[in-house]
Amino acid sequence: MKRAFPILSVLTAILLIYGLYQALVVAPTERTMGDVQRIFYYHVPSAWTAFCLFFVNLIASVVYLARKNLKADALAVASAEVGVVFCTIVLVTGPIWARPVWGIWWTWDVRLTTTLVLWLIYVSYLVLRRFSDSAQTPVLAAVLAIFGALDVPLVYFSIWFFRTQHPQPVMGKGGSLDPRMLHAFLVNLLAFSCFGAMVCWARYRLERLRRDVEEAEALESLLGPEGLSSQTSKGRAPLNRGPQ
Amino acid sequence: MSSLWTITLATLTKDIRLEWRSKDSLNAMLFFSLLVVVIFSFSFDPTAEESRQIAGGLVWVAFLFASVVALNQTWARELRNQVLDAYRVSPAPANSLFLAKALGNFILVTVLEALMAPLFIVFYNLRALGPAWQLIPVGVLGTWALVVNGTFFAAMSLRTRSREIMLPLLLFPISIPAIQGMVESTRILLAGDGSARFWIVLLLTYDVVFTTACLALFETVLLAE
Repeated sequence: MKRAFPILSVLTAILLIYGLYQALVVAPTERTMGDVQRIFYYHVPSAWTAFCLFFVNLIASVVYLARKNLKADALAVASAEVGVVFCTIVLVTGPIWARPVWGIWWTWDVRLTTTLVLWLIYVSYLVLRRFSDSAQTPVLAAVLAIFGALDVPLVYFSIWFFRTQHPQPVMGKGGSLDPRMLHAFLVNLLAFSCFGAMVCWARYRLERLRRDVEEAEALESLLGPEGLSSQTSKGRAPLNRGPQ
Repeated sequence: MSSLWTITLATLTKDIRLEWRSKDSLNAMLFFSLLVVVIFSFSFDPTAEESRQIAGGLVWVAFLFASVVALNQTWARELRNQVLDAYRVSPAPANSLFLAKALGNFILVTVLEALMAPLFIVFYNLRALGPAWQLIPVGVLGTWALVVNGTFFAAMSLRTRSREIMLPLLLFPISIPAIQGMVESTRILLAGDGSARFWIVLLLTYDVVFTTACLALFETVLLAE
């Protein structure tokens, strides 16, 4: 697995460059929206990646609560952090597209609001993790992730009911999709999914290493430098362990 | 089952008696929401028609902020003299402690609402154009929605640094659908603008979902080591 990482990183980078070429050069310019439509090739794949990562976070949190598996908790940290980054990209690119096309930066539409609330919930998740550094943090964070997941459908329904009673901007859809556009979109979807997975993986490795270092440091302060050298096999072993 | 209720009732009576004798939380909440009412009415100075539209939001935002004051105090009392640790090792079911605290907060916030509602009516010149009795279920369900998660997150933020600031950061994002339900149903009932049924059902769903989640997970949070 350790050796696969650089190879997969290079493949992901190539895929991203290919995706960029497809999105900016090959895909035709949209007739009514113009070039600003190309932001879709980044906006939608980012949203997809963010939602997948939040889903991974929920699963990892449930696994952690059920099994008290520290690997699951490290995965939960990694997926939440990377998910928030991708969700931020979605929330930034959305208004950039909406301003010229809808004429407004923001509207309290179902998808926009649900994404924003999801982002807020996961930011509060990260704040909780930052503000609490005790051994109970993983449990508290996992519980919060479950509460967040329960909340999202309620947010969706409340906004859906609230906004269907009001006029809202029409999504610029309809008409047939140029196959080159679809191709560019799918390539970018794949590239962003790989990209998200790779960043999440790197963050996961970092988190595991950070914990190993912390553990070794705690052991060192407990035993003293002499104690550690006599305990080499126990104390140093986690530091040398290759990332999984 | 009977022991669950006995312990719940005992803890609840103890908390209410303590609050009744000191009135710390209640006074702080009352004064805080009074300040919010006054500041809001300076800031907006609405006409009667406008105030019907915005009062729902103002009332619930004031109650939300005020209830954070009470929620933050929920567990502080139990930290002194390691009462909470004693609770952890005692065979009493964890949920009875949670229910007692949630009910205590519910009673406290309901008293606050009952005292503040007349002030809102006076300051904003309110008169409901819709079926006003429906404000009662909205108030009950909305208050429970705030306190059930608030009590739970207060227990969670006990374990963090700067816990007083942590509670709203955890509580507000999760409470967004509930707040929308309270605000919209209150606005509809005050302005006589259609039926508030959807929002009341939404609040009820929120209450059922999160009460279940709190009861299922409270023991995990209380015993987390």
